[in-house]
Amino acid sequence: MAALERVFYSPAGQSLAKRAGVPQAQQLRRGRTWPSGPIVLAPLGSPTLVRDALIALGREFHHPVIDTPGETPPGYGARIGAIVVDATDVSTLDALEGLRAVLRPALRSVEASGRVIIVARPADGDWEAHAVARSLDGINRTVGKELRKGATANLVYVDKSASSADVQSTLDFLLQGRSAFVDGQSWYVGTSGTGPQPTDPPLEGRVIVVTGAARGIGASISRILSRDGATIVAVDIPAAGESLAAVANEVGGTALHLDVTAADAGERIAAHVAQRGLRLYGIVHNAGITRDKMLVNTDADRWSSVLQVNLAAQLRINEVLLKKGTAGGLQDGGRIVGIASTSGLAGNKGQTNYAASKAGVAGLVAAMAPDLAERGITVNAVAPGFIETDMTARIPFVQREVFRRTNSLAQGGSPDDVAETIGYLLDPASAGVSGQVIRVCGQNLVGA
Amino acid sequence: MSHEAVIVGGNRIPFAKAGGRYAEASNHDMLTAALDGLIARFGLSGQRVGEVAGGAVLKHARDFNLTREAVLSSALSPDTPACDLQQACGTSLEATVYIANKIRLGQIDSGIAAGVDSASDAPIAVSDPLRRILLKASAARSTKDRVAALARIRPSHLAPAAPSVREPRTGLSMGEHQALTTKSWGISREDQDALAAASHGNLAAAWDEGFFDDLVTPYQGVTKDALLRPDTSIEKLAALKAAFGGPDGTMTAGNSTALSDGAATVFLADAQWAKRHHLSALARVVDAEVAAVDHPSGADLLLAPVAAAGRLMARQGLSLDDFDLVEIHEAFASTVLATLAAWESEDYCRGVGLDGPIGTLDRKRLNVTGSSLAVGHPFAATGARIVPTLAKLLHRKGAGSRGLISVCAAGGLGVVAVLEAV
Repeated sequence: MAALERVFYSPAGQSLAKRAGVPQAQQLRRGRTWPSGPIVLAPLGSPTLVRDALIALGREFHHPVIDTPGETPPGYGARIGAIVVDATDVSTLDALEGLRAVLRPALRSVEASGRVIIVARPADGDWEAHAVARSLDGINRTVGKELRKGATANLVYVDKSASSADVQSTLDFLLQGRSAFVDGQSWYVGTSGTGPQPTDPPLEGRVIVVTGAARGIGASISRILSRDGATIVAVDIPAAGESLAAVANEVGGTALHLDVTAADAGERIAAHVAQRGLRLYGIVHNAGITRDKMLVNTDADRWSSVLQVNLAAQLRINEVLLKKGTAGGLQDGGRIVGIASTSGLAGNKGQTNYAASKAGVAGLVAAMAPDLAERGITVNAVAPGFIETDMTARIPFVQREVFRRTNSLAQGGSPDDVAETIGYLLDPASAGVSGQVIRVCGQNLVGA
Repeated sequence: MSHEAVIVGGNRIPFAKAGGRYAEASNHDMLTAALDGLIARFGLSGQRVGEVAGGAVLKHARDFNLTREAVLSSALSPDTPACDLQQACGTSLEATVYIANKIRLGQIDSGIAAGVDSASDAPIAVSDPLRRILLKASAARSTKDRVAALARIRPSHLAPAAPSVREPRTGLSMGEHQALTTKSWGISREDQDALAAASHGNLAAAWDEGFFDDLVTPYQGVTKDALLRPDTSIEKLAALKAAFGGPDGTMTAGNSTALSDGAATVFLADAQWAKRHHLSALARVVDAEVAAVDHPSGADLLLAPVAAAGRLMARQGLSLDDFDLVEIHEAFASTVLATLAAWESEDYCRGVGLDGPIGTLDRKRLNVTGSSLAVGHPFAATGARIVPTLAKLLHRKGAGSRGLISVCAAGGLGVVAVLEAV
C-alpha cells in the first residue's frame, strides 16, 4: 500500500492523475495573512454593521460590481481577495436577488484561497423571514461547493443586540488564512455582558490548559496559542512525557503529567496553576482516544474507555474548574473549548462509542454556554473533519485518499487549521461567540 | 542576609539495564533528556538558571564539558553556566551539596544538580603499546619511518581497553570488595535476598500509585524503570547462583545492582527566590558530610558513609530517631545490611572516630519506594534520583519531617545529607 502511495505522489503519478481528472489540491493560504486582492464590501440595503467592523479592523474595502441584465455579465477585471456581503437587512425572498447580483460577478473573480463571507441576522420575524434566514444557509453551502482553488464561503448570523465590535474577531478570522479549512459553515455571534476585550497579541499573558498536548492536534494547539501570546500548561498522560516535555519547552510553558480520567484531574490542574501563581483563562479539552469497532463487536470496556476520556473527563474537570473560589480555577471571562468531530455530528461506521462522545461534546457546549454567560465564560467546540495527523496516517492509503478528497477543498486539513479555529474561540475579542460548534472540515460531504 | 537552599523538585529518565533500551544513547543524550523533562515540569524553557552541576563516572574524553554541552542542547537559556563534577557514585549527591552551598552563600538563586551514566556507551581506549606506536608513526618524518613504526603493531595491541571498575589500589572489583565486607560482617544470604525483594516490591508499589508521575519523564519509549521485577520474590532470588565471594558467596546478580544506564536531575533554589517565582519547595537541604576510609589498608570499601553519618548527626545534634525516613543507596543488599550493622556496632563507630554507635534503624523507614537494586544504578545519577524522591516523601509527611541520605562510592568514599520537609 505504501508503494502505491509513493507512485501516486511521484511526479509521473501526479501528472497522470491530473490528466485523469483527479482534483488537484490547492496550497491553502494559512496563518495571520490577509487576502492578497482587494476586499469587496457588499451591503444589501443600507446596513453599517460590517462596514464599521472592517473600518475598526483597519481593512480597506471596495464597492461591489452588480450583475446587470445583458449578454456578457460584468466582472472585476482583476482578482478580488474577498467579498463580504452584509445581508443583515435581508428578510424577504425578493431581497435575495440582491445577494445573487453581487455574488455572480464576485465568484468569477475571487482569488485562490479567497473568501466569500455572508453576514446575516438569525431567523426572526414572520414566516418568510425565517425561510429567508435558512435560504442564506443553502446559498452559503452551495457557494462553498462551487468555489475553487481553496476559496471558501461562510455565513455568520449576528444577533441584533451585537455591535460591530462583537463581529470583529469573527471577520478577522474568516478573512485571514487562519480559517483556511473552515468552509460552508455557519454560526452565531451574539454579545456578552463583558463585551469583547481585544488585546494584542490576543492571548498575551493568558494561561491556557491544553490536554492531549504531546502530539498531533494538541501540539499544534499549544504552538498556535503560544504564538498568540498564551502561557501554555501542556497536559498529557505520563507515558507521553518525553514528547510532552518537548512541546512544553518549545512553547515556553509547563508540562503536567496527568491522565484526564483520574478522579482528581481537575484538582491537580487547578493546583498546578495556583501553585505557580497563575490565573486560569482557558482550557482546551483536546485529549481523546478511539477504540473503533462495529457496534456488534463493541464490549463494555471499549465503550466506557472512549466515553470516559472524550467526554466524562471534561465534565468532571469543568465542574472543578468552575467551582467558585477554586484556587487555580477558571476566571470569569474565561474560555472553554471542546473537540467534537464530524464523526460525532454525522455518525461513522465502526465508531459508535466515539460518535457518542463527540456528539456529546456538541450537546455539552450548547448546554453550558447559557449557564455560564453571566460569568462571561464562553463554551464552544470545534469539529475537525479529515486532518493530516499520525492517527489518520495509519488509515490505509486508498481509504485515506478518499477521506481526504471528499470535501470542497479536495484535501485534508492540517492540525494548525483546527488550532487556529480554537485560537479564534479563545480570543478575548470573541466574547459574543458561545455555545457554537464550528466544523473544520473543508466542507466535508459527511456530517450535515 | 541568610539564604536557605530548598529542593523544588526533580526529574529523571527511567533507568535501564546496560546494553538494553538505551544502548544507543550517550551520556550527553540522556542528561539532555533528563534536563528537558525538568525544564518542562517547572517552565524553565529559555530561562537562565544560576548553575548546573553534574557529571558522569564513565566518561569519554570528548565529554570533557559534558554538563555544559547538555545545557546547550537543552531548552535552558544558553546563558546558563555549568560545571562537571565527579565523585564516583556520590557524584550527583555531591553536586546537590555544591549547588545548595552556593545558594546558601547567596552566590546563586537557583541551580540544578545532575548525574548521568551509561555503562552501554563506556569509553573504550586503545592499548598503551598501540597508543605509543601511533604517536611514533604520526611523528615520523618519512614514509619509511612511518611504515617501520606501524609494522610493529601486533594483534595483541589491537584489543580495546575497556574501562575497569576495579579499585586501582587493590585490584579488586567493587563486588569483590563487598564480598569481603559481607563475610566479615556475617551478612546472610537470606537477609540480602529479603532486602532485594523489598526493594522491588516497594518500587513497584510506588509506580502503581503514580508516585513517579512528577519525578520521571519517559525516554525513548521507556516509561518505567526497566530493571524493576514486580513479580520477584525471596524464593526466586534464593535460586540464583553466587556472583561474588567464590562458590560459597552469598552475593548474587539479584542482590547486587546491575550495570545501568540513566540520568537524573534535582532543581534547587533559594527559599525566598522560589517563593517569589511561585515555585513550591518540598524540603530544605539541612547539611551534608563526606567521609573516606583507608580501604587499601583493609577498611571496608563501602562503609565510609557510616563515619560521615555519625559526624553529621553529631554536628546537627540529631539521633537516628529524629529521622522519619532513611535512604541508603543499595550498591549491594549487603552494603545496606553492613551499614545498618555498623551503625549498631560500638566498636566500629568508635573505630571511625565517633562517640558511640549510631543506633538501630526501624526498617519501616528505609528505602520506602525502593532503591538501586530495583531502580538500577547509573553511577553518577543515583544521588539525583534519591534527593527529589526523599524530598517528595518528606513533604508528604509534613513540614519538619527529616530524612537521611547515605551513598557509598568507589575510592572508599561516602556522602551523606540531611533533608527536612518545608
